[in-house]
Amino acid sequence: MGAIIKREILAYFSSAIGYIVLAVFYVFGGFYFYMSALVSNTTDLSYTFSSLFIILMFIIPILTMRLFSEEKKQKTDQALLTAPVSLTSIALGKYFAAIVIYLCCIAITLVYAGIIACYNAPSWTSVFGNFLGVFLLGSALIAVGMFLSSITENQIVAAIGGIAVGVLMLFMDSIAQAVSVEFVSNILRGISFMTYYNNFTLGIVTLKDVVFFVSVSALFVFLTVRVFEKKRWS
Amino acid sequence: MIEVKGLCKNYGGKTAISDVSFTVNDGEILGFLGPNGAGKSTTMNIITGYISSTSGTVTVDGDEIMENPIAVKKKIGYLPEQPPLYLDMTVKAYLSFMYDLKKVKLNKPQHIEQICKLVKIDDVYDRVIKHLSKGYKQRVGIAQALLGEPKLLILDEPTVGLDPNQIIEIRDLVKSLGKSHTIILSSHVLPEVQSVCDRVIVINNGKVVADDTTANLSSGLSAENRLVLTIEGEKNAVIAALKTVPGVTEVAFSRQNADSSAEYVVSYDKSQDVRKFVFSKMAGMNCPIISMSNDSMTLEDVFRKLTQDEPSK
Repeated sequence: MGAIIKREILAYFSSAIGYIVLAVFYVFGGFYFYMSALVSNTTDLSYTFSSLFIILMFIIPILTMRLFSEEKKQKTDQALLTAPVSLTSIALGKYFAAIVIYLCCIAITLVYAGIIACYNAPSWTSVFGNFLGVFLLGSALIAVGMFLSSITENQIVAAIGGIAVGVLMLFMDSIAQAVSVEFVSNILRGISFMTYYNNFTLGIVTLKDVVFFVSVSALFVFLTVRVFEKKRWS
Repeated sequence: MIEVKGLCKNYGGKTAISDVSFTVNDGEILGFLGPNGAGKSTTMNIITGYISSTSGTVTVDGDEIMENPIAVKKKIGYLPEQPPLYLDMTVKAYLSFMYDLKKVKLNKPQHIEQICKLVKIDDVYDRVIKHLSKGYKQRVGIAQALLGEPKLLILDEPTVGLDPNQIIEIRDLVKSLGKSHTIILSSHVLPEVQSVCDRVIVINNGKVVADDTTANLSSGLSAENRLVLTIEGEKNAVIAALKTVPGVTEVAFSRQNADSSAEYVVSYDKSQDVRKFVFSKMAGMNCPIISMSNDSMTLEDVFRKLTQDEPSK
């Protein structure tokens, strides 16, 4: 697993993807930080964090699109699958590599908090709650994106699929409201990422929300493993 | 070392291979021969655990691939049809990654250096793989398979797409590796199998149609041997005389040469060597034999016979 994590991280930076993802995230993150905290003279970073979702929606699919689809296209998955490692550690290796890059992205928010701290102490518990929320939300989206990448050979398809999931999550609450059947709208609300994420942006960390995102991540890592398991059997 | 029993693989409704069974002994170089699409790669992919079989078992040194995949994969070095290379990595980074991935526990720099010297890629060690020529890429693929000193090497068409010099280099490399490894090598090129392998399995339409040593295969399939003779002298007299030689079953005139000689093909019973008799007969008639050669079936003929007969069955 260690070997795969290392290779994946190096691969992000041997192509332009790693740099582009970081640069885009830092530019737009900085813009949101400037608009929602510096211009409006507040130490509250919650608005900055909650608006990060828009960037994540596009950045994460770009981060995950190549994870497996490129391997399939270049037939390098043959090396991975015939090496003496389990499918789970291959999937987890890829997953953690994307998580590491993602952490590099969102670490910038701690710099924002540091900048605010130069003027006045922000509410640190709220900052760390928000940070945890963004991290968990991203982890879940990465797992979904990785799964999408494992079912196609085409990176573009994987990226668009990931963005579609992101947009769907953004509108899930509105869709839930529009559906008049209560049973269905409850389900939609139940699977909406925003329902769980919004609590974090308010500075509330509850076990329920954490468990939700961890479960989604685990589910899609598991599904990715199943995709390869199924491929062997079909 | 390897025992393959009753291997079947269906893709949806299509049968890729059916009831493939064979064994490979320690230290053997086994050739896997068959036309394109015969099921060579499928069989190899199953042995290496890349895909699963629909039924049947593959046992490598006592470990079954489905029951104990990691133990089996540890013993195998695999070069797939398309070498699994990460094109934007350098040879050095790639081999180092594969070394870690395979969890090899040897002296890493020394081990990698040794392999690079063996397959002659030490001069491109620091170059990015996508800039390498096809021959070098193939060799990087072989280097990758050799990492961790696996007992068994499985090479899927290792010489495909290479130029003649590279083909000979790779063949020599495989031969030298055969001294310390058990090798399964697939190919649809016959001279390759003939020159490299001890034993050949011919596979066609997903079935094993022959399993024998290279020598036995080419001699065993023709029930009788043939002599090709060039003899000077009057055509009808020569034919009549040849027919009287004991053991000769058929004499055919094949062509008249520009000089007064002509070419004949003589079929004879395999249990007898008729060459001496033919010689003394012709000498007695004062008809000089210009050339005489034994025309046993080449592996090429065997291959075509085996693989073309099959669909009509």
